[in-house]
Amino acid sequence: MNTTVGVIFSSINDERVPELTRVRSTGSIPYGGRYRLVDFTLSNMVNSGITTVGIITKNNYQSLMDHLGTGKEWDLARKEGGLILLPPYSDESEMLYKNRLEALKGSYAFLKKCNQDFVVISDSDAVYKLDYSKVIDYHVEHNADITLIYHEHESDSSSYLILDTDEDERVNVIEINAKRSGVRKHYMNVFVARTSFLLNIIQTAIARGYASFSKDILLPGLSTYKVYGYKFEGYYSNINSLESYFKSNMSLLDKNVRREIFGDRDVYTKVNDAPPAKFTESSKVKNSLIHDGCLIEGTVENCILFRNVRVCKGTVLKNCIIMSETYIGEDCNLSYVVSDKDCIISGGRLLAGCEQKPYFIGKGTRI
Amino acid sequence: MLRKKECVAMLLAGGQGSRLYALTSNIAKPAVSFGAKYRIIDFPLSNCINSGIDTVGVLTQYQPLVLNEYVGNGQPWDLDRTFGGVHILSPYEAKKSTSWYKGTANAIYQNIRFMKMYDPEYVLILSGDHIYKMDYDKMLTAHKETGADCTIACMEVPIKEASRFGILNTNPDGSIYEFEEKPKQPKSNLASMGIYIFTASKLFKYLEMDEQNPASENDFGKNILPAMLNAGEKMYSYRFEGYWKDVGTITSLLEANMDLLGTVPNFELRDKDRVIHSRSPLAPPAYVAGEVVNSLIANGCDVEGRVINSVIGTDCVIEEGAEVIDSVLMGNIVVKKGAKVSYSIIDEEVSIGVNSVVGAEKSVACKAEGKTNGITVLGRGVEVSDGATVAAGEIVDKSV
Repeated sequence: MNTTVGVIFSSINDERVPELTRVRSTGSIPYGGRYRLVDFTLSNMVNSGITTVGIITKNNYQSLMDHLGTGKEWDLARKEGGLILLPPYSDESEMLYKNRLEALKGSYAFLKKCNQDFVVISDSDAVYKLDYSKVIDYHVEHNADITLIYHEHESDSSSYLILDTDEDERVNVIEINAKRSGVRKHYMNVFVARTSFLLNIIQTAIARGYASFSKDILLPGLSTYKVYGYKFEGYYSNINSLESYFKSNMSLLDKNVRREIFGDRDVYTKVNDAPPAKFTESSKVKNSLIHDGCLIEGTVENCILFRNVRVCKGTVLKNCIIMSETYIGEDCNLSYVVSDKDCIISGGRLLAGCEQKPYFIGKGTRI
Repeated sequence: MLRKKECVAMLLAGGQGSRLYALTSNIAKPAVSFGAKYRIIDFPLSNCINSGIDTVGVLTQYQPLVLNEYVGNGQPWDLDRTFGGVHILSPYEAKKSTSWYKGTANAIYQNIRFMKMYDPEYVLILSGDHIYKMDYDKMLTAHKETGADCTIACMEVPIKEASRFGILNTNPDGSIYEFEEKPKQPKSNLASMGIYIFTASKLFKYLEMDEQNPASENDFGKNILPAMLNAGEKMYSYRFEGYWKDVGTITSLLEANMDLLGTVPNFELRDKDRVIHSRSPLAPPAYVAGEVVNSLIANGCDVEGRVINSVIGTDCVIEEGAEVIDSVLMGNIVVKKGAKVSYSIIDEEVSIGVNSVVGAEKSVACKAEGKTNGITVLGRGVEVSDGATVAAGEIVDKSV
């Protein structure tokens, strides 16, 4: 698979989860008690044998850079290839990109320099496990120009692209930002193409002043290009709102989901040293994920606790996601709360949201 | 600019640790797991980096495979350096002779060239058998202030245990007038912690002299330190106050693990200014659904049973209906449905079958005589079959 290069949009969906992206890009949204969203796509790439990955950033990328570092944790600290950040303003363009195509224009020089035959282009807003080399094989078998990876599920409110395919999986309909009900083929915001083909598209787009990948390339291209769909049948979870963020995290409490995503222990992430989680005489924990560094003296049910969360005596947490370095004092009662990093919640507080609308506490808040 | 290091640390990690029985059948003592996600060697290595010492030679000899792999390039401790960093030093073949490390002093002697590469003023000698946090820089400052040729870290121990240690007899200013290795009738309760700082030139001189003496056992405690004292070199004690535990026996290893439990534990790992670093595995957070009381649980665990007063290492599975009480599980262990583990130390990659019983209740077991004082030990990779029983105090290194 050293014939494939990866490109990840780390920031393209930032406006969808504004609560969590106020201080970071989508790719660095904390997830699952330990990870950042970008870890899943990046680990998929690495586990598919991809050793050169460009990450397109926009604004607010300090936290992403801090997370990725040299790429060592993903084995991407390489002399040849490895992890390469592609920030805006790094070529001659004077504008901050507004969409995918403009963002790709910024990575033209990077892609041009790569000598890999294929490219996997992905967003970093989803959790799933897929060996992209299978998609490349499929792409070659079908002699496709573009292969869009999709997942069939019940439509929710904000799908970016809905596809339809003929019996040979050739894509014949694409609907953009459509509101549809029922089980549909949802584009997973990942596609595969030959590098040379993509470079051509980008050049054409620059020459003709195209702006939108979906509207100006995919939609008119359905008749001229061979656009195929690749059906992904594993567990897939897309994060496009605080509600879906909450649901997606909670789905990790399901043993089968955990086994599929983490069973092989090959989701890589930045390592922070913390001592093992400590449970005291008074702790009661049910159906929860607890990261190293936590100290639990209270009751915790159906929760996801990140590193170094302290839950003091008499406090009850139910259905909460508490990110790292957060202190929750004595005799609090929290349910359906999503709390960002570095918060302090003093004793005796009652905070509650609901499943559709979790109560959100911003980074560094003191309550 | 000629580069040099003021202080180089040499970590003696070749020990077999025979009193840990099955736990050190295939690995050196410093590589033994501790505290759910650490290995013993994490403590001296982290102490080094937290004290500003970034050049460490790790001397290995006995079963070095796991240790070598674990230390690797030293990255988890920030010891991957272009100049300095951590280096594994194993015995090597030389033109004139090939020899194993004969004693602690000989091991250091054989690596004089390594130390001289950094042209150090001082050499810190450490061992890989202890659990503690210590600022070696404070000790180095004391060494400089007293103008000593050798400074020995020591701490007070109960007088009845003093005969297990090297005992320092000191003047009121801290200088040492006598050193007794494991005395039958100790004159003081100041025990050597096996941590020495030498002025490098003196160390090299005495190592070379010791090597010329065929009667010598080439041991620091028995030969080098007495020789220096007899020759009138300035030797000082350095008092350490804090948690320090030799984990060379099954009993002390279990105790040290238990010292981590509680909101205010005997030994605190949670303070953020002196973090103990380790090579953390890539596991998701622990899933906890059962009953967990007064215990440590590392990432990657899946706990649906009961865990009480125990330390559970990375990637352990405690199935529904299983019980783990007063025990240490090192990592990658499965305790199947209905199994009961009490007062035991279980090494990595062990599988404990359905409804099997390992060990006995602490209150009963701890009265037992024997090598482990009633603690049951299962060695690495052991499989306990369904319904089997392992009696209290047994040491098992083959599947039962």
